[in-house]
Amino acid sequence: MDLSPQELLPHLRMMLLIRRFEERLDELFASGLIKGTSHLYAGQEAVAVGLCSVLTHQDYITSTHRGHGHFLAKGGDAKALMAELFGKVTGPSKGRGGSQHVADYRVGFLGSNGITAGGLPIATGAALAIHLRQEKNCVISFFGEGGSNQGTFHESINMAAIWRLPILYVCENNLYAMSTRYDEAFATPTIAARAAGYGIPGEVVDGTDFFAVRAAGERAVQRARQGEGPTLLEMQTYRYYGHSKSDKREYRTREEEAEWQSRDCIEKLRLSMHFSDESLHALDAEVLHEVDEAVEFAMQSPEPAVEEWEDVVYA
Amino acid sequence: MREIYYSWALREAMAEEMERDPNVFILGEDIAEYGGAFKVTQGLAEKFGRERVRNTPISENTICGVGVGAAIVGMRPVVDIMFQDFITLAMDQIVNHAAKFHYMYGGQCRVPMVIRTPAGGGRCYGPTHSQSLEAWLMHVPGIKVVAPATAYDAKGLLKSAIRDDNPVFFVESKLLYGIKGEVPEPDAPDGDYTVPIGEAKVTREGAHLTLIAYSRMTGEAEKAADALRGSGIDCDVVDLRTLAPLDGDTVAASVEKTGRALVIAEDCKTAGVSAEVMARVSEECFDFLKAPVRRVAAADTPVPCADSLEKAALPDAQKIIDAAVALLQQYP
Repeated sequence: MDLSPQELLPHLRMMLLIRRFEERLDELFASGLIKGTSHLYAGQEAVAVGLCSVLTHQDYITSTHRGHGHFLAKGGDAKALMAELFGKVTGPSKGRGGSQHVADYRVGFLGSNGITAGGLPIATGAALAIHLRQEKNCVISFFGEGGSNQGTFHESINMAAIWRLPILYVCENNLYAMSTRYDEAFATPTIAARAAGYGIPGEVVDGTDFFAVRAAGERAVQRARQGEGPTLLEMQTYRYYGHSKSDKREYRTREEEAEWQSRDCIEKLRLSMHFSDESLHALDAEVLHEVDEAVEFAMQSPEPAVEEWEDVVYA
Repeated sequence: MREIYYSWALREAMAEEMERDPNVFILGEDIAEYGGAFKVTQGLAEKFGRERVRNTPISENTICGVGVGAAIVGMRPVVDIMFQDFITLAMDQIVNHAAKFHYMYGGQCRVPMVIRTPAGGGRCYGPTHSQSLEAWLMHVPGIKVVAPATAYDAKGLLKSAIRDDNPVFFVESKLLYGIKGEVPEPDAPDGDYTVPIGEAKVTREGAHLTLIAYSRMTGEAEKAADALRGSGIDCDVVDLRTLAPLDGDTVAASVEKTGRALVIAEDCKTAGVSAEVMARVSEECFDFLKAPVRRVAAADTPVPCADSLEKAALPDAQKIIDAAVALLQQYP
């Protein structure tokens, strides 16, 4: 479990890349260079990076409407993702999907998803395929606490528990389902407690702590690979931006935001690694350059040709 | 050639495809030892085991979603939804996931899954167990809709559907399960036949009127055509067999010949399958038409339970005959 600073560096870099990618997107939306809408992952980076750090490309994940962090952490290409956001043909979905509908099947990223909790059955089906083929890989289904109130949460976890499927159900509890605060939509203090109702382990994890996330992920992945069935992990975390680009965040206080930012996941990992300010500055410059390159690639990429639908709607 | 039940033909198709391809498996409620609500999967669990003939909890949306998730990583699930009415519970996974993934992820994945659904009335099951909702799926790009009328087509189309790389919504008629038809022995030279998706079939030929139908209504249309022949009205019967993609060419060729079209469908009239077929005929055959395009479809009511009411609400051969005679009298 103990990773050396050398081994931790790529994870710190990935968290920083996701942060800078999302910050740049916010600017690009504000300036009107990108159309549509987007749900930014900034603040939650330790969850995606910590969990994907215990997976290989043979493992699968499904994601949510807030999926850029999962895409990058699973090994998706930043340039391609940016191109998709610009509506360019060089995006993974060739401009047809946009922010909420990207996938990279080469690295096991089965797709972000515009339907709240739509990914849970999909992930469960991928886990069933693994089970039927008697393979050793596993699946993580990411969803928000809002998604955990959909019927698919109950149906999927119950099915995976009965069949002991190799899957982790990871609830990123960022306290707000759009504007709806946790205590307006839940009568119990944790979502992890629901695991008992399915006869599986549930665990509350500090989602701002890379090491805690990774350790919980390792335990659950081991269970999955050994045929012991699913685990429900509740990652307590916070999104720094609003729900989507039009959100003025009137439902929460600036004080609450500052309190969460004082426990920023990237800063916590940096301090624990004894990574100096100078080193971080250099890493940051490298990451910002990568984001610049992604924007440049996206802007230079061609628009998709208007399609003959008969040729592309069916496989 | 031997005659077997429509339901047996479906079962043979699944068994043969499971033998042929280890990625094929079946998923649904009460499909293992119980054999499914209509006994279509009877015997398959004994033959292939409960891993591949998998009973599920009552969770239609997730059953369909699990099918999608397995399909995108290489399996070929056949999902059994006990009554077509219950797709209302699964529309999110069918419409937003199964039908869209191939397109919206830029062609990176395919969704080779079949959703089998017993549809239609005629058994006094009442409003939530008798509907014909296939028009809803015709409206969604990315999913194919198939509705066989005979045992032969049921087997051949289900095999094609299982081998297809797209999601296929497979419409079965509860009343057809117990109807026999000719199907080759599996070990006959043509035993491994398939019926291509997307091709309609002309099952009766006549010069005066085209009857266009699918699923159980094809048989009713054929009965009507046989009776009408005695009154001097000769009908083409076009069995659509596939609703999406619709075989507009076969329909148009017939209507161009007869100049008259009567569309028959068991689903509700308003915005139903018949509406789309009529629109296509109007668009493509206008210059050949000698009469307005008409239809015989279910009443715009829930399907009632009482036998007398249900018969009144649903189309049948007599209603087709009456509509055909009226059309020919008005537009001789």
